[in-house]
Amino acid sequence: MTEKSEHVLVPKHTKLSEKDKKALLEKYTITLKEIPKILKSDPAIAHLGLQEGDVVKIFRKSHTSGESVYYRGVINA
Amino acid sequence: MEEIFKEYEDKLPAKLIDDIKKNLPANITKAKLKEIFEKVVDEYEKAKIDVGECVGLVAAESIGEPGTQMTLNTFHFAGVSEMNVTMGLPRIIEILDGRKSISTPMVEVYLKAPYNQGGNVKELAMQIKEVVVEDVASEFSINLVDAIVEIRINENKAKNYGLTAAAVGKIISKSFKGIAVKQNGSSLIVKLDDKEESLNKTYKLKERLKLIHIAGVKGIKQVLPVKKGNEYIILTAGTNMKSILTLEFVDATRTRSNDVHEIRDVFGIEAARQVIIDELMKVIKSQGISIDMRHIMLVADTMCVSGYVKGITRYGVVNDKSSVLARASFETPIKHIIKASLVGEEDKLNSVIENVMLNQVVPSGTGLPGLTMKLPKKT
Repeated sequence: MTEKSEHVLVPKHTKLSEKDKKALLEKYTITLKEIPKILKSDPAIAHLGLQEGDVVKIFRKSHTSGESVYYRGVINA
Repeated sequence: MEEIFKEYEDKLPAKLIDDIKKNLPANITKAKLKEIFEKVVDEYEKAKIDVGECVGLVAAESIGEPGTQMTLNTFHFAGVSEMNVTMGLPRIIEILDGRKSISTPMVEVYLKAPYNQGGNVKELAMQIKEVVVEDVASEFSINLVDAIVEIRINENKAKNYGLTAAAVGKIISKSFKGIAVKQNGSSLIVKLDDKEESLNKTYKLKERLKLIHIAGVKGIKQVLPVKKGNEYIILTAGTNMKSILTLEFVDATRTRSNDVHEIRDVFGIEAARQVIIDELMKVIKSQGISIDMRHIMLVADTMCVSGYVKGITRYGVVNDKSSVLARASFETPIKHIIKASLVGEEDKLNSVIENVMLNQVVPSGTGLPGLTMKLPKKT
């Protein structure tokens, strides 16, 4: 069976390193609580093996700008 | 040349850079290219939304006004058969409310390379369709004296699904406990093991026998092979992505459902967001009205912010608002105010609506920046 992350609807998800995470939060002057969330059990990040508090960088295919970057913080449940 | 493109990668979206690349004249100097880029960056920065702009309000108006012109007709016939799909305003409401069960679930099943050229697409479609005992039987009858149910299998119908009376009998005896199945020609005789035979029990057995799943994918009520572009796909009424994706001939990288919650469960929140956008745009296009996609994207982002798909209802995104007054201003105000006062909730008045209610400056547009002043030190 094909991996879920290979589906056309699923954009590329990557883990953000601790250093990049800090830089991101500093750039927008926000805390982890304030960024959009993704569940730890989400099928699209199952292969990354993430923990609560990690940040996922998502490369969306966008109709208006070609590719756009989005961030989601991993939460439990 | 290349280094100039590299330089602007961070400053411009990929699509604009591609557009520039495509439309460049063959012999352009570096200086000219740089000039072009500078102008594009200027225009791009001008086109950006200002800080504090009420994008949500603009989106609401931009979707709401053309929405009033939408026809109220519910059904749109896909293809020639009797398959129908909810379109128009009811479908938009359904998506935005984030309903768990939608009125016409549908799957677009894409097929892998050798299968998608037609040929045996009808047989493949039949493999997906759910078959219950009722579909292959021509008659159910109850013999009251012996307390048995007799099922007459229509061999021709069964053959369509690659089944025989004996095979059906096997499946029935497997899926039920406490019954004995005997085959008599093309008929199946089902008897309860229970010693106390009652009419009620036998009657219930008959009704349950009718709905035993014997082949295909559960929940798929109709199938329709159609040609899309230069390949054949199968449209289905009813949805069950998990089972369909395990089928060997199905292209699991393109097959999609129109049920947002199911997509979230199977592919994750980002895929669900994309389906919300696609489904809304499909309805809007079919109605012949034009709404800028960015408004739709904002709504979809809002619905998916929490990692779950939440509808624009008082149970969904509105319930997540931190301010009591903001929640109360949407629906059922008294309930929210009573609940908040019981637990001693605090309202930080950070957002727009609660400040409107209190006749204060709203933190948006020119109301957003504050003024701080450094007082001269007294000597």
